[in-house]
Amino acid sequence: MSASNREFDADVAVIGAGPAGIAAATRAAEAGARVVIVDESPNVGGQIWRHRPGAAAPTGAIRWLARLERSGARVLAESTVFDLHRDDRDGFVVAFERAGAPGELRARALVLATGARERFLPFPGWTIPGVIGVGGAQALLKAGASVRGKTIVIAGSGPLLLPVAASLVHAGAHLALVAEQAPARRVASFAVGLWRRPAALRDAVRYRAGFLRVPYRLGEWVTEARGASVLTSVVMTDGRSSRAIPCDLLCVGFGLVPNTELPRHVGCSIADGVVRVDDRQATSVQGVFCAGEPTGIGGVDLALVEGEIAGLCAAEQGGAASSPLRARRARLRRLAAEMDRAFALRDELRRLPTAETIVCRCEDVAYGALYRDWSPRQAKLYARAGMGACQGRVCGPALEFLLGWDGDAVIRAPVTPTLLGAMCGREGDAPSVARVPSQPGNRNAPMRDE
Amino acid sequence: MADGPTAGIVMHVDGVAMHPGAGTSVAAAMLNAGTWGFRRSVRGEPRGPLCGMGICHECRVTIDGIAHRRACLVLVANGMRVETGGDGA
Repeated sequence: MSASNREFDADVAVIGAGPAGIAAATRAAEAGARVVIVDESPNVGGQIWRHRPGAAAPTGAIRWLARLERSGARVLAESTVFDLHRDDRDGFVVAFERAGAPGELRARALVLATGARERFLPFPGWTIPGVIGVGGAQALLKAGASVRGKTIVIAGSGPLLLPVAASLVHAGAHLALVAEQAPARRVASFAVGLWRRPAALRDAVRYRAGFLRVPYRLGEWVTEARGASVLTSVVMTDGRSSRAIPCDLLCVGFGLVPNTELPRHVGCSIADGVVRVDDRQATSVQGVFCAGEPTGIGGVDLALVEGEIAGLCAAEQGGAASSPLRARRARLRRLAAEMDRAFALRDELRRLPTAETIVCRCEDVAYGALYRDWSPRQAKLYARAGMGACQGRVCGPALEFLLGWDGDAVIRAPVTPTLLGAMCGREGDAPSVARVPSQPGNRNAPMRDE
Repeated sequence: MADGPTAGIVMHVDGVAMHPGAGTSVAAAMLNAGTWGFRRSVRGEPRGPLCGMGICHECRVTIDGIAHRRACLVLVANGMRVETGGDGA
């Protein structure tokens, strides 16, 4: 380790502890780098590997979680990154809030593994409590929510509907319907092509087996949610006829949207809504790598491969990805592209919101208050759409779909709402990573410091 | 397994005692107790969790006196006091 290295808290800071971040941190640490991985959740695993403390991790996760722990990478949980910038020593400063207190760490290289969120589309009634995301339902379930005996409708799009349906049935819910908006013809031709992808096919069959008694309708979508203070029913259509289904919960989501706010904030080049990376998962900013969903929605296996490559390359500046990893990445990217086409969103969804339907939930901005020829910035200035707590993370992708607006607005710090005290913490208030408690005797031990 | 009181955690939501299991998020604990209105929107409408993963901020509540905490990202703790119905700020 050269003398200058000691000025940094880490050689590599990984932002996000989902599969991509875990793979990146593990490979970088195994390659000898000092690694810190930062995540805002109480536990590592991200959304897909989310599990309760003490509960068994999902099968695919166990090997990686154990390997991460052995690797010596340090985990900073419950830490929300709100600013990233280049420092004056050829590295980066990662500013985060942890339990209301400010924190800062300096790293020579960054791996951004910020994952994805669900795409929500506005329709009448979608703000009624009881309308939740598909991934949102899965997350709440894993966080200890009980759905036993609840009548649930799942509607939306994408492969995520299947595992969540299986989970809800397993958890004792009465699942009334699973509705995929994509037409049967497109989904069927995608499914037929899966014979070449045994792993994906096996997953699909296993998930479908998990809710066999529940109808899985293709070419059907939600048009309205009803209820006053809580959801009572939803209206479904196949484009020809509509019907109302009484339910306690509607799980709705229209695919995933890459979380590109941090990459954009640090200056990474974006194309078609995803972070541009080269063969080494390097972004357009020197020293910044990106892996997983932010480079294009591709699922857990692709995220792992990209994470491995990013971690290796970030650890050994100038290193290159091995060819087996690159071949695997290419194969998984082709599968992702096929899925993207199969589950493309239908035009009818653009006509769901009425003039009164709220599009920006944070500021209660109705669809009718926006003008098609505005930019997102004008919508902020004139109607406050996107000005609330989520900073356009929900309405932005919706308006991109509804009005064709470009989502690539300027991202300023704080990248996520942050306590003022954490942002302007005085000297002495602002601990470096060194002040965050660690396990005694092992500087690099993963931290679970409750 | 996921339900039922364990570990003796007692938390209060708007003054009402709840007994969530350890490792449960505040949002999940509130839903399990039948609470669906977490906050009031700018126009006064009730809102509850949407994304479940810290993105949408719809589940924000006041926890131990600190406003605007995302209930889906905070785990329950013994003695925790939660208040709902914060105005849409």
